[in-house]
Amino acid sequence: MSPALPHYLVLGAILFTIGMLGVLIRRNALIVFMSIELMLNAVNLSFMAVSWYLRSFQGQMMVFFVMAVAAAEVAVGLAIIVAFFRSRQTVMVDDLNTLKW
Amino acid sequence: MASSVLMITRTNPVHSALLLIVTFGALAALYVLLHAPLLAVLQVAVYAGAIMVLFLFVIMLLAAERREVDLPDPLAAMRWPSYLVCAGFLAAMVYVVWTSPVRGLRGRMPDDVIAKHTQMVGQELFTRYLLPFEVVSIMLLVAMVGAVVIAKRRFE
Repeated sequence: MSPALPHYLVLGAILFTIGMLGVLIRRNALIVFMSIELMLNAVNLSFMAVSWYLRSFQGQMMVFFVMAVAAAEVAVGLAIIVAFFRSRQTVMVDDLNTLKW
Repeated sequence: MASSVLMITRTNPVHSALLLIVTFGALAALYVLLHAPLLAVLQVAVYAGAIMVLFLFVIMLLAAERREVDLPDPLAAMRWPSYLVCAGFLAAMVYVVWTSPVRGLRGRMPDDVIAKHTQMVGQELFTRYLLPFEVVSIMLLVAMVGAVVIAKRRFE
């Protein structure tokens, strides 16, 4: 039996929640970044499932653009992490507090 | 899903990255089930390929092997509220999906879409989505230049 639309949507919700939990509880900036990627992928999965259900591929075009935006976001974000590591010798988000003082 | 749970619990970032690749592979398999072979290939190439190589490269470059469990956690009090918020969010999402009329429905792509999927995606991309496509290409260029500038800057 192949999975139906609600199964895909629930899986997307679960993956999104796992990504959200990762952002909230992890302190390594790299893993926080991976969690953000996971959330983007969960939304992509929902797009694909609804697009499949509606028998159109407009949702797939959206996924295409989300992938492009995610690639750009990762490039800039990792550059920021590298720059931060150079100045502070750490990648923990707790140490990213210079703006507070 | 299991691999994504493991991803956020590993203390070694390299393990997390490898488990994220497993998650992306599983998602690519689901895309094939959803009649989107082109997107499945793109998922493997862009996510499991390019983005994860970037991640692993940065992990190695920074040698970020320090374990965060060894450090004091100033936000330890926030941990349980985080779990609660996430559980509530998940319950709300699942409730919405399971009480909505989409229950038990399956879609099926028209046969011509299945047969000529890549061709139709390309046609849409260069007709209806031409402007977003060009905007995305400019954005990628800007991101690339920005990443180089940010990463090359010297701190004294």
